[in-house]
Amino acid sequence: MAEAAESPGDPVTASSRPLFAGLSDISISQDIPVEGEITIPMRSRIREFDSSTLNESVQNTVMRDLKAVGKKFMHVLYPRKSNTLLRDWDLWGPLILCVTLALMLQRGSVDSEKDGGPQFAEVFVIVWFGAVTITLNSKLLGGNISFFQSLCVLGYCILPLTVAMLVCRLVLLAEPGPINFMVRLFVVIVMFAWSIVASTAFLADSQPPNRKALAVYPVFLFYFVISWMILTFTP
Amino acid sequence: MATTAAPAGGARNGAGPEWGGFEENIQGGGSAVIDMENMDDTSGSSFEDMGELHQRLREEEVDADAAAAEEEDGEFLGMKGFKGQLSRQVADQMWQAGKRQASRAFSLYANIDILRPYFDVEPAQVRSRLLESMIPIKMVNFPQKIAGELYGPLMLVFTLVAILLHGMKTSDTIIREGTLMGTAIGTCFGYWLGVSSFIYFLAYLCNAQITMLQMLALLGYGLFGHCIVLFITYNIHLHALFYLFWLLVGGLSTLRMVAVLVSRTVGPTQRLLLCGTLAALHMLFLLYLHFAYHKVVEGILDTLEGPNIPPMQRVPRDIPAALPAARIPATLLNATAKAVAVTLQSH
Repeated sequence: MAEAAESPGDPVTASSRPLFAGLSDISISQDIPVEGEITIPMRSRIREFDSSTLNESVQNTVMRDLKAVGKKFMHVLYPRKSNTLLRDWDLWGPLILCVTLALMLQRGSVDSEKDGGPQFAEVFVIVWFGAVTITLNSKLLGGNISFFQSLCVLGYCILPLTVAMLVCRLVLLAEPGPINFMVRLFVVIVMFAWSIVASTAFLADSQPPNRKALAVYPVFLFYFVISWMILTFTP
Repeated sequence: MATTAAPAGGARNGAGPEWGGFEENIQGGGSAVIDMENMDDTSGSSFEDMGELHQRLREEEVDADAAAAEEEDGEFLGMKGFKGQLSRQVADQMWQAGKRQASRAFSLYANIDILRPYFDVEPAQVRSRLLESMIPIKMVNFPQKIAGELYGPLMLVFTLVAILLHGMKTSDTIIREGTLMGTAIGTCFGYWLGVSSFIYFLAYLCNAQITMLQMLALLGYGLFGHCIVLFITYNIHLHALFYLFWLLVGGLSTLRMVAVLVSRTVGPTQRLLLCGTLAALHMLFLLYLHFAYHKVVEGILDTLEGPNIPPMQRVPRDIPAALPAARIPATLLNATAKAVAVTLQSH
């Protein structure tokens, strides 16, 4: 006992070899040798892992995050029933999409407060508070999805609408007219439907089966408002 | 922590008031928390020894803190580790106590599970309640049942916001010191929450049997008629059609709400007061939503169609007659005046 008490108490040697290493030398009786190593693996390994991502270069971190975001973009563009968006959620993608959308919805004129166009902060608030409201609603309806997972899915599914915004801006460079409007209307409707299908594919499994419609309706309203802002944008 | 403990550690019963509660915590819970196997001192299993232990601990706390700071996290055996272990567990217990209090406060105020029973609905129920909100029931002799849920009303308010946005965009409403979205959300939620509270207050004065939740649900479902009327008339700009729908659909949903309230109120004066107020507010709100966010379109239509001036559009028409000497073209003047009128009206 005494040797077991002393050896791990020494701070110098404990860091260089696993703890309780001395215990393997003790045998209870002659017949039954007790062998083996008792190590405590968790803490030191966790610390190694942390320092390894802390010490890597900024480029590595950024590229790793960008690759994760890009992978999730692919999942949104080709929606299948998969768990990737839910399992490793992150909010970088929604942030990038929200900022891009808000920037593209700016008019760029000096007296932009006088017209009814959405301002940057307005788009931000609509997207994030809309997503929070939908998440709370789906949780209250009995869904078993976590708060940030839902935010992640709803944010990533704005990607088709951001693509629609890009296309609308390009189309608006041509001369205005009813054909212009019809093209934009068609593109926005298609992307709106795509957003809803994508978000339903990810969110529907977390709801009780008979209440899916109740959870999908606010998603429909949310993307409708965003589509409406995109469609009625005029530079 | 070390500085306040040092003067208080002199005698056990000399502990300051800030440590008093903590002391009681330790007294009962201390022996359960500290692992007996870790102690080399074998006499530490009785309460008196525990008391000595705590006194010794507080006296040596300054040293123990300094030593504990140098130790690695993984070690917890040995003579040096023993004191560090105790002080760490003391600190740990303080942390747990604080954390428990904070999480209790948080779960009290930020618990959305309070709202969970109000969202316990099925799609079929919501559908049937939406349809029933347009059907007034004649039976006013005993209280009618009101479903106390919040999902339907909340979704209807959001739908009204979306329809309002659609209407404001198509009529090019200009809002000077605010945003379209903010105005729409403020109007709809303000109406739902504000008028519900006001009618609940009147109901309290008139001794009506209705709770706040039921009033919110009733008024929320009453907005279904508004949604239908506005959706149709923001797309088809016919005056007569709007008035027809206003009376018919708006009237039906108002009648339904009035019938429910009458069934829950006793006395003719009270019934008249309560139901008259609700009917007036509900119908006038629909009128306001149509005209406040729809003016410019009507103005353009009138300019195209001819002198069919509705009473509200008179003001911009006077300008060309008043300024005959100006070289400004009348259309520009009219458009500017209409825009100014709309912005003034929108405040």
